[in-house]
Amino acid sequence: MSAVADSGQAAGGQPPVTKVSEAVIRIAGNSQDGIQAIGGFLARLAGRSEQEVMTFMTIPSTISGGPSIFQVRIGSGEVLSAGDEADMLLAFYQHSYDSHLSSLKLGGIVLYDSDHVTEFKPENLEKFRHVPVPISGATVEAIGGTGRDKGKNVFSLGLLARIYDLDVEKLKKLVTERFTGKDPKIAETAITAFNGGYSFQLQHLLKSYQLEHSQKKIGRPQVVMNGNEAIAYGLIAAGVRFGAGYPITPWSDIMELLRRELPKYGGSFQQCEDEIASISMAIGASWGGRVAVTGSSGPGISLKTEALGWASMAEMPLIVVDVQRGGPSTGMPTNIEQSDLNIACFGGHGDSPRVVIAPATVEECFYAAIEAVNIARKFSTPVVFLTDQGIATRIEAFPEPDLKAICQDISPDLSPVAEHKPYDLTAPDGITRHLAPGTLVASGKYPVVTGLEHDELGHPTGSPKLHLQMTAKRRNKLKKLAAELPRPTVYGASEGQVLLVSWGSAQGPVREAVDRFRSLGDAVSAVHVKYINPLPEGLDEIFKGFRHIFVVELTDEGLYGYGQFGAVLRARYCDPKIKGITKVDGLTWKVKEIIDRVRAGIGAANQAALNA
Amino acid sequence: MSNLEMPFAVLPRTTATTGLTIPIPLPEAERKGLTKKEISADHPTWCPGCGDFSVLALYFKLIEKRKLIHEKITTVAGIGCSSRFPYFVQAHGAHYIHGRALPFASGVSLSRPDLHVFVFGGDGDAFSIGGNHFTHTARKNIKLSYLVMDNNVYGLTKNQTSPTSPLGYKSKTDIWGSKDRPINPLKQAITAGATFVGRTSATNPNHLLQMMEAAMDHDGFSFIQCLSECVEFHPGAFDNSTPRKGGKFELVPASHDVTDEYAAYKLAEELSPGLFGIFYQTNRPTKNANEQGIIADHQAKVAGLEPWQILQKNFDRMK
Repeated sequence: MSAVADSGQAAGGQPPVTKVSEAVIRIAGNSQDGIQAIGGFLARLAGRSEQEVMTFMTIPSTISGGPSIFQVRIGSGEVLSAGDEADMLLAFYQHSYDSHLSSLKLGGIVLYDSDHVTEFKPENLEKFRHVPVPISGATVEAIGGTGRDKGKNVFSLGLLARIYDLDVEKLKKLVTERFTGKDPKIAETAITAFNGGYSFQLQHLLKSYQLEHSQKKIGRPQVVMNGNEAIAYGLIAAGVRFGAGYPITPWSDIMELLRRELPKYGGSFQQCEDEIASISMAIGASWGGRVAVTGSSGPGISLKTEALGWASMAEMPLIVVDVQRGGPSTGMPTNIEQSDLNIACFGGHGDSPRVVIAPATVEECFYAAIEAVNIARKFSTPVVFLTDQGIATRIEAFPEPDLKAICQDISPDLSPVAEHKPYDLTAPDGITRHLAPGTLVASGKYPVVTGLEHDELGHPTGSPKLHLQMTAKRRNKLKKLAAELPRPTVYGASEGQVLLVSWGSAQGPVREAVDRFRSLGDAVSAVHVKYINPLPEGLDEIFKGFRHIFVVELTDEGLYGYGQFGAVLRARYCDPKIKGITKVDGLTWKVKEIIDRVRAGIGAANQAALNA
Repeated sequence: MSNLEMPFAVLPRTTATTGLTIPIPLPEAERKGLTKKEISADHPTWCPGCGDFSVLALYFKLIEKRKLIHEKITTVAGIGCSSRFPYFVQAHGAHYIHGRALPFASGVSLSRPDLHVFVFGGDGDAFSIGGNHFTHTARKNIKLSYLVMDNNVYGLTKNQTSPTSPLGYKSKTDIWGSKDRPINPLKQAITAGATFVGRTSATNPNHLLQMMEAAMDHDGFSFIQCLSECVEFHPGAFDNSTPRKGGKFELVPASHDVTDEYAAYKLAEELSPGLFGIFYQTNRPTKNANEQGIIADHQAKVAGLEPWQILQKNFDRMK
């Protein structure tokens, strides 16, 4: 909590108000306590106040029960990560208190349910400001005592609203919107609980806080959503009208949303009997003339790879979303990891080129989904959209897209053609174009799409020459794409000691690490890679400006110590400066971890240089 | 990052333009049907004497007789000898991966209601590697016609036991004779919820055409088991149902009520030689119709709105 100015004693005997530029609040309880809802309200409030917000959550992989946290970071300036340390911990139970006290910064506030949290270590009482509230009892008192544990979350939201001087009217409106369903009493009860929390007399709180007004002048209202929602809406905006999938965490939200929404647009999403059927159905629909989507997480992606190979061979446009989680196998289903990079780029049999795009933020999930569809169409290729559990579930606010300008119609063109060879080797741009079935071909020669090596019409061939030519065709179109991709740009100075390379959701914490390094006078910069396969041009030029290059990613270091993306970059650029900073603890990067690992990495490199 | 550029914007379709002019097609009613010459493509790669030739010939016949046009049909297959089918048909076709022709075809059928999807395959494709899809395509009643050329053996990989190989069948993987109970495709289909279950043989062209027509006219998932002899690896497999080889081609009795699921199941008990004809047929809403119903309901609620306006409503709720 970066304090900027104390305004002194506020009127009316209230604690003095301190203005802060940002706040990190961690809410810890059990998964059924509705703590995600509190975080969601705070995030949406931030969105409506033109503030930046980022959240982080963990949920147990069990259906009900189990510890769960939700961390929300709200700031008036740029928010790049969910925050290393919390300013405020709201703990519902003893176990929440015990497990998460260490996430609190020294001198931070722990607001705890004194009906459940009763044991304290004396040294902790000195380190952190303890503010007891009988949350369970007071909630029951406030709403009439029937709801057992229900309502604790909204009561707590009221407490936070008081402490952070949040916009009560906006919050009440959000709460009312959220709970307005069939029974108006539910919304009334929620507001009663909120008021109970807001008017609760807090002991031991020395001051309250006020978030500074945002510096942003975006001119458009902000929308607040998580990464999975942004992908689904991006695909709809891109014109996708058919998809198929099979449930798997953390991908399922995307299929549920598309299932619910697509019928409004005349489309549909199918839940299939398995992962293979779902990619197959999507490929069938893509061949039908309009790019379709399937998706999964690691284990499901493995099952889809044979069909993905078919899409590479037949050169069929397709979107495959991979929301990565901890692997291999069932692994850590509700934790973050980026270890599907290899399968996304190379998974499958034979040489099967495909495009891999990894969005870095929730906003980028929306825009990159559209871009993925357009690349799939333009280059007639499968595109793997590689995201992760962290970005899937975290909530961000971003300026509302100009939907009228963005939404596109990609319905198939069925008008007759004179003749058509989908795999035309003489096509000037070298790129395959399919005809949707139902198109009349005047020449009477109809194309076939196939997984066999084929001639220009799609008919099978065993010709060595054609296999060479077609393999080159499938490869070269991606080289053509690589040449068209926007070149990556350096965050920070273009020359220096250290370059941090990030991909996917590591972008935020890496940039924050760069900011912190630079504020200390260290010559550290970063480059973020959004297009993983093919790589864009220009990275080698950027690498030249730095002595050390560290690829920061959530993969294991691997047998050779470079991590997955690090190994790809090493193979691509043969640059021995490239080293990996990797981890697989199932959690997002903390800025401090990156900083410590960079220092250790430079130390090791210098030591090696001395020894040499 | 609010004003992200959107590279790779949508391109119009490009097609080769040579001297050929694009004709304006006649209305469907005024068209002559396609001729066999127009509809046949590559020469089949099947062994001489293979039963699959007959299925291909009668598919051509079906297209000719029913005046099907290129704009209305697709031919889809998985992997196997019989699955080479789409290459031999001069029409939009897809040769997909092993066992997954049905979900691929379902994607076509559900997203392109204007097309009739014919799926061809073999017993390994349908009942072994693709067994799960057979069950679910049937229960969902996805509108398409599925003809399985059942030869009771893996032919393309040269004589391994198939899921329909009879007990005692000696193959390269069961040199002492198969001991696994074979699948009964008809019972499997009925149990899974197929709404059209028929059986025919490549040796009886008239009957095969009848079955294909009935399957095509059925509104739902129509399944035909077509006995198709593999002369190379399993010769004589169906002699007992082939009159010219001394067998008996016996039809499903006219008295059989095709809507009676249990009666159909009983009739399907013995399949060597077994009976031929429609075992089971019922009308149940197709997945296609159900989805169209859902779409109609949802679209009624957003009538008059452009897609971006529908999306805008969702975004307004997230502010």
